Order: sequence, then structure tokens, then C-alpha cells
Amino acid sequence: MKADTSVRPRTRRPPVLLVVLGAIGLAMFVIPFVGLLARVPWSDLPALLAGDVVTDALRLSVVTSLTATLIAVVVGIPLAWIMARLDFPGRSLVRGLVTLPLVLPPVVGGAALLFALGRRGLVGESLEQATGLLLPFSTWGVVVANTFVAMPFLVITVEGALRNLDQRYEGAAASLGAGRWTVLRRVTLPMIGPSLVAGLVLTWARAFGEFGATITFAGNLQGRTQTLPLAVFVALESDRDTAVALSLVMVVVSLAVLVTLRERWWKAL
Amino acid sequence: MLVSAAASLTDAFAEVESAFEEENRDVDVVLNLGSSSALREQILEGAPADVFASANTSNMDQVADAGELSGEAEIFVTNSLQIAVPTGNPAGVTGLEDFAREELLIGLCVEDVPCGDFGRQALDNAGVTPSIDTNEPDVRALLTKIEAGELDAGITYVTDVLSTSGTVEGLEIPAEVNVVAEYPIATLAGAPNPVTAAAWVEFVLSDEGQAILTSYGFISP
Repeated sequence: MKADTSVRPRTRRPPVLLVVLGAIGLAMFVIPFVGLLARVPWSDLPALLAGDVVTDALRLSVVTSLTATLIAVVVGIPLAWIMARLDFPGRSLVRGLVTLPLVLPPVVGGAALLFALGRRGLVGESLEQATGLLLPFSTWGVVVANTFVAMPFLVITVEGALRNLDQRYEGAAASLGAGRWTVLRRVTLPMIGPSLVAGLVLTWARAFGEFGATITFAGNLQGRTQTLPLAVFVALESDRDTAVALSLVMVVVSLAVLVTLRERWWKAL
Repeated sequence: MLVSAAASLTDAFAEVESAFEEENRDVDVVLNLGSSSALREQILEGAPADVFASANTSNMDQVADAGELSGEAEIFVTNSLQIAVPTGNPAGVTGLEDFAREELLIGLCVEDVPCGDFGRQALDNAGVTPSIDTNEPDVRALLTKIEAGELDAGITYVTDVLSTSGTVEGLEIPAEVNVVAEYPIATLAGAPNPVTAAAWVEFVLSDEGQAILTSYGFISP
């Protein structure tokens, strides 16, 4: 048997420089939240959190971010499959378009949505005439803004997983008599499962924190379009304690979801 | 010489600046534009400005209370509110009463910024409970949605409507319910150029300065 050479480091002590730099990196994430926590008016917190601005915004944020995630599943996963499996002209352009909301300032996305889907917009005008549905200043407008900004996370993650998946497994299942639906359900989905869940969580988290596209496209009205991030922004102008309480709610909910799901699912990655 | 002025004065003060520099060729005026509260903070933190022109009296009062003025503040213009509608007024808005119509899309500024506060006061004066569809974070955001035709009406300053150059129409709000914002101006105690600063204030208050300001929709006090 050959001697175990440099595959495993012999020393238990990690390189000091690496640890120091990593700690500085971590501090970048930790310090702002410590600053936030230092400002939390703990004794007034229950009263602040029970206020209707906070409860309305929390309810609206949960409902719209989950709806946006659901829509992303229904149309985003098929899109990812098309991009990963079909060879068609303009595929790199499609991939670029799908990635665009990740790099555009959300305000630009919101303005684009307004010009396209507003009642004077290219599509919005006929949409209103046909269905009576008016997206700006409505809760559906928030869902559309959330979906636009967040869905790329799901499409990109699932597309990557599908491309890395060895198609011979699917082929083997099919040759053993499995129908397409069975192959998808029993082979493809389980194999891309961890990526799918990671993509879903990122999509939800991005939708939950969406601000710029929402306020530009859907406006800001308590109970109808004012999600948690919008409520924080408005409260910062006038009511610092409520703004901090709202921020705390956002941090706690987001962190709880991210940590729990990481423990359960991302280990597999 | 540094003039700290409220953002709503941007276009008007740019023209005042050229006229002033025309008459005082050795002077270079620099405009420092921002929200009145941000400018107030800068002055209180010791930023070396010569003149402060605020969009409301409360910010000027705070600077005066801190002993940062070299004289008395004077009101140099006022700005009143108008109803802003998209060009052509497609919803047929005629007055503040229409803000109660639920089928219209109505926008205001959020309560905590001056245009939102004054707008609500005007509606209150008119006895109208508005059916609001959005509270926009600032007057620019509100104007953008009216310009795009996505809102049927909103309340902004007269000067904001004029600044859009025709994409938004303004409808008068009767004087008895309108709310008037007063703009005070003063030279600062720490002014590096006190003589020029005093000349600027005098110019703004002069007939020539007032003529420029009123051409932008401001009202002489």
C-alpha cells in the first residue's frame, strides 16, 4: 500500500491568514445586524409588532412571495428544462434574458413592467380590456414584480442541475419500460432534488425581500401592496422604532427559513 | 460661494445663478441641492455653506435655534399645491372631490414627506376622504406614475407640474383649501464669503430674482 501523501493536510491548525480574512468576510455580514439589534426597542417590541402596519405587511409579504414561488415552479421549471435539453437557435439569448433580472436594478425592472403591463402599457391595455384585471396598484402586481425578480434563481439553478444530470439514468429507466412521467417523477426529480430545493428557497427569499420593482410597479398601499420591505422604507422616514421592528421581523423570518432548509436539504449539495 | 438649497429650487436657482454671475463676474456660485432636512444636517455638522434656502420653515428654525444664522431668515417665495393629472385629463377630474371616487386611481406622497403632509391637509380642508391607491415615497415617483397615465390624479406642488414640461396637467386648488409652503432664506454665521452671501440673498429678494422664481411657478410672498 502506498503511503498517504499530501491528500489530507497533516496539520490540524488552519492557516492563520485564511482564518483572519474569513473572519473579516464574516464580520461584513454580522456587523450590520448587530447594529440593527442594538437599535431594537425591546420593551416596546410586542406593541410595535402587533400594530396593523406590521401585521398587514407580514401577511402580504408571506402570501405574495409564496405565490410568486409557486408561479416560478409552474412556468420556471419547464423553461429550465427547455433551456437545458432542447437545442434551438437563440438559446444563449434566452439564457441572457432569463439572467437579466438578476443584474438589472429592480427599479428598472419595475419601470419596464409598468410600461408593459400598466393600463397604458403594451400588453396591459389589452389585458385590462379582456379581463378587467389591472395589475399596477394591486396585490397581483406585487406578485408579478416578485416573480419577475425572483424566478431567475429557480430557472438558473434547475437548468444547471439538468445539464449536469447524466441522461443515461433517464435512458435506462425508459428502456426498462418507464413512461415519461414516471421517469420524471422517479428519476429526474429525485436526482435534481437538492438543486431544486436550493433554487426554490433562493427564489422565495428574493421575492420576500423584493423592494424596487414592487414600489415602482405596484405602488405602496397598506394591506394591498405594502410588503415588509416597503413598510420598512416608509417607516424609516418617520418612525424609526417601527422600521427597526419591521426589519427584525424580516431578518428573523428569512434567517429561520434559510437555516432550517440548509440543515435539511443543502447538506446534500 | 456655496448656496445650500432645497431640491425643488433646482431649475429656478440655476437660472438665478447665471443672472447673478452675469452681474458679479468675479463670483462663482456653487449650488448644493438636496432635501431641506439633509441640508440642515450638513449645516449643523459644520459644512462650510454661505447661504441656506429651505423648502419649509421648520428646518430653517432648527438652524436658527442652533445659532448658525448670521441674520434673520426671510421668506423669499411660497409654493402652493395643484392637482396633477395626465395630459388630456382622461378621467375628467375637476377638483379635490374626485379624490373620493373609488373607480379612479389616486396617488399621494407618503404622509411623512412635505407634499404628502400638505396634500392631506388640503383634502382635509376640503372635507374629502380620499380613496387612495398608492402612497408614493416622493413627489418625483408620484409624477412619474401620473405622467405614464397609470394614475388618474395626485397632489403635487405647482412648480412640480411646470417642471414636467407638458406631460402632466395642473388643476387649481381653491385658495381657501390650498396649503402654502413657505421658503425661507438666510446667510449663515460660518459663511466663508459673508459679503457675497448677503448679495445673493438680496438678489433673490430683488425684482429681478423674483421674476425668475415666479417664472418657475413660485409665488412672491
